[in-house]
Amino acid sequence: MEQEITLKKEGKSMAFLKPLLAKVTPKFQKADLLPSLKKAGITVLSILLFLGLWHLGSKALYNKEANFKIEKALTEQGQVAADAERACIASGDSSCQPNTLPSPTQVWASLQSLIADHKVINADKAAFVEKMAATNAKLVAKGKTAIVYTGRASFVDIVLTSIKTVFAGFLLALLIAVPIGVIIGLSPSLRSAFNWFIQIFKPVSPVVWYLLVFMIVKTLYIGDSSDNAFVISFISVGLCAMWATLVNTAMGVSSVDKDYINVAKVLKLGTFQKVFKVILPSSLPLIFTGLRITLSVAWMVLIAIELLAQSQGLGLFVWEEFQNGANDSNAKIIVAMFVIGIIGFLLDQIMLTVQNMVSFNKNEGV
Amino acid sequence: MAYLELNNIYKTYGEGENATEVLSDINLSIEEGEFVAIVGFTGSGKTTLVNLINGLIKPTSGEVLFKGEPVVDTSHERGVIFQNYSLLPWLTVGQNVYMAVKEAFPKENKAFLKQRVNDYVAMVSLSPAINKRPKELSGGMRQRVAVARALAMNPEMIIMDEPLGALDALTRGNLQDEILNIWSQDKRTALLITNDVDEGIYMADRIIPLKPGPNATLGPEFKIDIERPRDKTALNDNANFKKTRNAIIEYLMDIGEERKSVSNETYELPDLAPKSFVA
Repeated sequence: MEQEITLKKEGKSMAFLKPLLAKVTPKFQKADLLPSLKKAGITVLSILLFLGLWHLGSKALYNKEANFKIEKALTEQGQVAADAERACIASGDSSCQPNTLPSPTQVWASLQSLIADHKVINADKAAFVEKMAATNAKLVAKGKTAIVYTGRASFVDIVLTSIKTVFAGFLLALLIAVPIGVIIGLSPSLRSAFNWFIQIFKPVSPVVWYLLVFMIVKTLYIGDSSDNAFVISFISVGLCAMWATLVNTAMGVSSVDKDYINVAKVLKLGTFQKVFKVILPSSLPLIFTGLRITLSVAWMVLIAIELLAQSQGLGLFVWEEFQNGANDSNAKIIVAMFVIGIIGFLLDQIMLTVQNMVSFNKNEGV
Repeated sequence: MAYLELNNIYKTYGEGENATEVLSDINLSIEEGEFVAIVGFTGSGKTTLVNLINGLIKPTSGEVLFKGEPVVDTSHERGVIFQNYSLLPWLTVGQNVYMAVKEAFPKENKAFLKQRVNDYVAMVSLSPAINKRPKELSGGMRQRVAVARALAMNPEMIIMDEPLGALDALTRGNLQDEILNIWSQDKRTALLITNDVDEGIYMADRIIPLKPGPNATLGPEFKIDIERPRDKTALNDNANFKKTRNAIIEYLMDIGEERKSVSNETYELPDLAPKSFVA
């Protein structure tokens, strides 16, 4: 049987898709159904249990604060005021509600209201664009900048800003850490030259990175009135998160199997070929492990950095809701918490899939 | 002048007090078209010797001459088949061979290179597996890929470092025949490093035992005067084969004994007597 040899282009595109397709197309087999149902059942059960405990906990906290309020009214202002307070709390009026851990139903309601709010803002935006279309066309024709919508950002916009910031930061980390990692991995003398640098800057806290970036970017943007919060936050996120990739890349490159290096020598590959055909492919699994850690660190530090940088993302949203102290603020914070958690989980899953695609079993290959 | 010459080779690892001399006073000369086997115990410095000849490491003193020129670096003229196959796991069989062919024939066009890859993969009868990755292959198949990769570069000399060491007896026998087959087609110079005396006698023109290290050195050579092609089953009854085999094994055993007798540790035996069940 004669088979054509496939080189890279044709062969790889299929191999690249395989694990992805396997994930997307579920295989239904009767034997699998029962265990997977059982597994799903246990997950659902544990979620229900969690919600139940949360509900009871928030109820207990609510009652404690309500009782305290009534007691206080009683001791300070007498029976009449206490009765009024009790009636007020029972009526659900927002002026006298205890402000504590919100219950699951309150959080769900907040999520609904945030989505409704998003729809209202979207409609506003569309109306604004329509209204300004004629004016903007004239402005552009005159060579001036068009007027854009500068109203409140909706929750969805906020989430998108955060994701954008994380990806920009991740890309920055990738562009800095991978090339530097490869270079210091290849040269032991450069490795020792960079070692103190890595050891000192790796443990620096996100807040300090933010301040450092702020000092520099502020001066670079001096005299420029445009909003640089996004730039500051994504650079800080990138600098915070890049260390895992840097260290892993350097380690992967410096610990390539000696057999592969011998092959490269016997085949007499040039330096460029040796790096791109032997060293990089063999260290890809470690590089991707580093990138996966980098992405999760980026998402984790993002909240603190957005808060400091006043960038319109989830971090600022959480902080503003906390400062706001409105009736449903606490519920909104919990909504943001879940959104952050779920997005972090999804990002990690994406990276895990990519990582599995590029890795090969090292021991079996030799 | 010999094709490959090793003159007074010494190789030391480490420095100062920790230095161990792995190879000492190695002298070897191989003629063009000859098939030479070096037989030795594991850990006797065989791989070090191979790496010296193919140019991966340099001797501490002495010189390696290939066609009269000193060996300073690896060269496409000397193809190497490694002990542990050393295939790149992220490339398919075809890509592994292609990489070598492309380096060996940088001026040829893609069609020629592809054809050469196909030919050599077919030669080791792996055409159906050309698009598989090494981890999908068995040990014997992997070693065949390594053979194809080394030969596709069209080397003038093949150096094999225990190429069949990790294989089972059956696959071993088949691959020995395959390698001999390929070798007999154009009679390239070949150097086989092995720990199997039978394999050496079956394949080589000349066998040289390597005395175990440290301070490993080559022993007296044994010529194998058996007509080619050799028949493995008939070989067992060949008087010449038996004689040579016994001589080599005796020699190797003797050095083994010599090495053992150096140890003058005495063992105290427990005072035990068999119990009598009769009385």
